[in-house]
Amino acid sequence: MIHIVDYDAGNQTSVKRALDHLGVASVITSDSEELVRAERIIFPGVGHAHSALETLHERGLDEALRSAWARGTPILGICVGCQILLTGSEETDLPCLDIIGGRCLRFQPDDSTLKVPHMGWNALRVDRTHPLLRHVRPGDEVYFVHSYYPAPADERDVLATTRYGVEFAAVIGRRNIVATQFHVEKSGPVGLKILGEFVHWDGNAC
Amino acid sequence: MLSKRLISCLDVRDGRLVKSVRFVNTKDIGDPVSAARRYYDAGLDELVFYDITASSDQRDIMLDVVEDVARQVFIPFSVGGGLRSAEDCRRVLEAGAEKVNLNTAAVANPEVISQAADAFGVQAVVLSMDVKASPSGSLPSGYEIVTHGGRQATGMDALEWARRGEALGAGEVVVNSIDADGTMEGYELKLTRMIADNVGIPVIASGGGGRPEHLCDALTEGGADAALVASMLHYGHYTVNTIKRYLRDQGLKIRITE
Repeated sequence: MIHIVDYDAGNQTSVKRALDHLGVASVITSDSEELVRAERIIFPGVGHAHSALETLHERGLDEALRSAWARGTPILGICVGCQILLTGSEETDLPCLDIIGGRCLRFQPDDSTLKVPHMGWNALRVDRTHPLLRHVRPGDEVYFVHSYYPAPADERDVLATTRYGVEFAAVIGRRNIVATQFHVEKSGPVGLKILGEFVHWDGNAC
Repeated sequence: MLSKRLISCLDVRDGRLVKSVRFVNTKDIGDPVSAARRYYDAGLDELVFYDITASSDQRDIMLDVVEDVARQVFIPFSVGGGLRSAEDCRRVLEAGAEKVNLNTAAVANPEVISQAADAFGVQAVVLSMDVKASPSGSLPSGYEIVTHGGRQATGMDALEWARRGEALGAGEVVVNSIDADGTMEGYELKLTRMIADNVGIPVIASGGGGRPEHLCDALTEGGADAALVASMLHYGHYTVNTIKRYLRDQGLKIRITE
């Protein structure tokens, strides 16, 4: 059973539908105690980091996520659920979850033809072998929509990168947590394969 | 690098896929859910559903279509038509759409753009504008925003409206040329380029796509980030793959799935 964190951040239903399609049982929850005991967690999100953090905190879900991570629960973050795993973000003055050190930065392209948000399909380059990325082939494209991107302090936390003006971390991870800046649930067969790997991942990075 | 997107537009009336030329003479061309599924399997990048259902009591049928699509199709899609408030937007987003297309409602009440952007994020809000060339000198950009399929003039300058939409919180803009729509003779490149050069958000060219060369022109000369097609695909004149391979052969960055 996979617990999908509900904090009014939008795409939890899309994630659930993708899991349904894969034949994997899941439940959407905003109950912090349930989350601490979950065997596997997906932490989705779209929209603003600021309001996301406020809602998480109100519901005690920030602490629940930290303790689930500390006890080794496999966790997959998606989009805003990836960004706020870091220490902080240029989008908000609120502290983020600080599970992975680093900050989320805003795209500031020198090239005026590069639009913000970065919206659409872009290629992934896998930099570190990881069980979740084992089916990703060179040039595989995934769907992004974001104005901020994760910049982990320790480059060992960067699993895959994408280029959009700058080279940024498209997949980050540490121990039992992996997070994608792109939307696995909207990235066609490539995204579904990553999701399919997560559903039986043991939480070990290699 | 970001790929240029191929987007298919599906006009839906009372739950059925229809094709309209200049929004009149609509005819039934099938089931929207199976069409969406077929395009997804073929490697399409994104879908737009435009609800042209006339009566508001039939609108719930569209929500069922959206839910059915969301269960089978794992690429982004947006829904437009008949959305008048942030609450209307919430219903289609909750049914499974990623984005909403605001058109007539935004012209009537521009605040709906910022209300939707505040509630769901700029990435979820697409400003869709129907544009017609205006008599020379009457408007600064030479193009006017129209509604009701072009039958109703608004007196609003197209370029000014695009900029305002961006300032209000639209994350993307569809530039639909009413003059070119349904002609299959090519996109309105001058208009598309003008908007693309003057906004900081992605621009989707719409109206007039009939051959792969037209898409190539819109994505290069027109400066668009994505091109919308309808008849080209719906009538089977071209497949997703033939269009995409053509564009890639022309040197464009295109997502090819096979």
